[in-house]
Amino acid sequence: MGLFILRRLGVMLLTALCLTFIVFWLTNLQPNLEKLAKTQGNARMSDEAVETWLGNRGYTRNVFVKYGEWLGVLPGYVIEGTDGETRGRCANNSTITEDTATFCGVLQGDWGYSTVFRDEVSSILGERGWQTAKLMFFVMLVMVPGALIIGVLAGMKEGSRTDRSLSTVSILSTATPEYVSGVVFIAVFATATFNMQWFKGTATSAMDNITFENFTLPVLTVALYGMGYIARMTRASMTEVMTAQYIRTARLKGVSFRNIVLRHALRNALIAPFTVIMLQFPWLLNGVVIVETLFNYKGFGWTLVQAAGNNDIEMLLGVSVVSVFVVLATQLISDIGYVFLNPRIRIS
Amino acid sequence: MEALTWTGSLGSTLGPVMIIAVAVFVLAVVGNFVAAFATSTQQVTAAGGAVVVPWRWSDKTSFFELAIPAIAVGLVLYALEAFTADPTLSAWLAELGLPGWLNTTITALVFLLMGGFFAYLLQRAPAALFEWLIRWSFIVIVGVIVAFIFFSQFAGYGNAGIVGEMAKQFLPVWLALILTFTLSIIFKRRLGLYGKLFDSVIGMIGFGLVMFWVFTAVFVGIFDLVGTHDPLAQISGLKNQPPGVPMPEGEAGFAHYLLGGDNLARDIFSRMVEGSVIVMMIAPLATLFAFMVGITLGLPAGYYGGRLDTFLSFLANLILAFPVILLFYLLVTPEIIATGLPNYMAMVLFIFPLVFFGVLIHSRYRNQPSKDYLILAIVLVPLLMLYLSVINQQGSPIDFWPLDFFDIPGGILVVFVSVVFVNSPTVFRIVRGLALDIKTRDYVAAAQTRGERPWYIMLWEILPNARGPLIVDFCLRIGYTTILLGTLGFFGLGLPPESPDWGSTINEGRKLLLIYAHPALPPAIALLSLVLGLNLLADGLREESLKD
Repeated sequence: MGLFILRRLGVMLLTALCLTFIVFWLTNLQPNLEKLAKTQGNARMSDEAVETWLGNRGYTRNVFVKYGEWLGVLPGYVIEGTDGETRGRCANNSTITEDTATFCGVLQGDWGYSTVFRDEVSSILGERGWQTAKLMFFVMLVMVPGALIIGVLAGMKEGSRTDRSLSTVSILSTATPEYVSGVVFIAVFATATFNMQWFKGTATSAMDNITFENFTLPVLTVALYGMGYIARMTRASMTEVMTAQYIRTARLKGVSFRNIVLRHALRNALIAPFTVIMLQFPWLLNGVVIVETLFNYKGFGWTLVQAAGNNDIEMLLGVSVVSVFVVLATQLISDIGYVFLNPRIRIS
Repeated sequence: MEALTWTGSLGSTLGPVMIIAVAVFVLAVVGNFVAAFATSTQQVTAAGGAVVVPWRWSDKTSFFELAIPAIAVGLVLYALEAFTADPTLSAWLAELGLPGWLNTTITALVFLLMGGFFAYLLQRAPAALFEWLIRWSFIVIVGVIVAFIFFSQFAGYGNAGIVGEMAKQFLPVWLALILTFTLSIIFKRRLGLYGKLFDSVIGMIGFGLVMFWVFTAVFVGIFDLVGTHDPLAQISGLKNQPPGVPMPEGEAGFAHYLLGGDNLARDIFSRMVEGSVIVMMIAPLATLFAFMVGITLGLPAGYYGGRLDTFLSFLANLILAFPVILLFYLLVTPEIIATGLPNYMAMVLFIFPLVFFGVLIHSRYRNQPSKDYLILAIVLVPLLMLYLSVINQQGSPIDFWPLDFFDIPGGILVVFVSVVFVNSPTVFRIVRGLALDIKTRDYVAAAQTRGERPWYIMLWEILPNARGPLIVDFCLRIGYTTILLGTLGFFGLGLPPESPDWGSTINEGRKLLLIYAHPALPPAIALLSLVLGLNLLADGLREESLKD
């Protein structure tokens, strides 16, 4: 088990390195840098001015060197620019002093500076990430129990009408992407079109003060898309358990249906959905980006869209590090959890 | 010209029947759900033969057995009351001047009690009653819809309202659907898995929805039917107008904007049907390409295993660990398009179909060289010409081939490439898993003993036996690709902003959603119905293929 986790951690680290390098490389392609120079410096700069602007800030060097600096394994640049100013990476592009560190990368805890939000990347990530964590928490609170109940009810009696109607409901929910359900929810419940103006169509106010009125629609929108998939997995696992020999034995012994479902079937049926729920996190991240854009909720996903739209290199890298970490960590947890929950693997 | 109502005079006759049927259907579904908690019997087959065992939720009437149904029925009653009663109970109580908490408590109690009462009654009703009610109310609903579509074809202009006029516009689609279904049902015993689809209601509904949009795309894209206006034409005065708005005096052409006008005064209905063309052009083809890539890489990974497998799996997991939207934002921006990266990716990804067909043919006819070369030439030469024409774009970094027949508009190529790129790792994983499973079978061992080459075994022994799950996944994946295309449009990536594809139109509509809800809804519902159709189709196919 220890070796298994160690190996997984190694692969995780390698994946994270590769992914961040890809993001780094893509954001550092020449047209992207030109765009950055024009948005940061002056929109009407000549090509030469763009080149000097980039050169003075160390953007024109080899991509591997820049990546090493960002990572913190190579010393940050100190460039004496053509305009006479000396800029150091570790001094936020101002003149270096004696207490400026030599290395300033992610490994040293320096995530860089966001050119769009004009703030430290780490503080933005913390603040926005907290907003998204709140959203995620409520999504999980709605999605997981809802999906498990639907899945268990459907899987209790395979082929019954309850099963078929609940399965159709879960198919419907997997077929409704967030931008469709979100739009429909807003149109129905937040505008006067259908006379059911029960909720708010934006969640901006929920950033400080979560209420039933402003948070229901975003949470429902994200939860709905994932719910169907988890419910179908739960149903499949439940039907499999319900046809097992030991359930039939219990039935013939005269154990009541409730006891069979709650005492005998449920525990075994919930192993598979656990992994599925864990693997849903990356998908939730997607949903979060859409919903935060749609409902104007300024969290992690909204930050991603803003950073990507303006080629904010260090912000984007920070966002990708966090999301890649979430994806890989949930994969690891789901693998370990599967081994831990399943007695057949655990004991042998 | 007057504005159109939703269903016109035809609706006033069929409307009440529809409302009653829908109400009965909803009640019967809830009742059936409630009855599931009550006593029923079930046959259990044991070693000694079949035994009938009472199938009860618990030994004695428990809290759950009544409480959950009571809450469910209570909620339905509450919803019904909110729609029909005026004033509602809580509004009436509020008028009496009760404090809020007491008002809520009384309302909740009343509906819970009523729910409990009805739930008790429903649980005592025979289960067969609900089956009967659900079936017949469903048939009535479908019947009313079909009757409405049928009669509206003969109703005068405007008599059947907006829905009727839309039904008229879709006439070629209806005819094509009727023809398809009639022929398929008549010959279903000779059509293999496709024919079996017509044994399952779910599968038929899914197939109907999918074919509806396929035919719409064909008739709009090739014959220019169905749509009422030019999807890009703006008519002043119709900006953000509600559905059924008449054209201003003196404008030629169709007399109304059936689903209203959007923010730039364009016809929403025409844009919606035009959007299906773009989806139908990209989604199935992109999925097919993703399958080619996934199969060509997944089969050897599963069959050989070892280093190759480790390497390819690592690559696949690498792409899968990217949040899709981040990847799109990195790949589908004007700056990246300027670097020519999508063209290089297209060069790599589009070579896979050639490799696939080349290996497929060569592994089969390896021992008959003359036949081998003939078939290879027939298949590969046109494919190669196509390949070179597709990847060779004027003004892009790849511009060397003189025989360039056509250029794909830049936006579409980028969207296509990124969708294929995102989809292929998942297909790779599925194919790899299937290959791992199937390579242990006896017929593979037999082929190995016969001395067949590895690629022959992979493509002619393993692949045909993996077709069931792959076909099902293909349907699901087209739906997923449609969702991805919508996501791209929703973020305004790739396709030009005036493009009528569903994602872009939703994106346009959402900006004013809180003021004008009607522009965003039709494309959203269209996308939903297509993806739902594909999911139901996949479900039906899975069910029928399991029966073999």
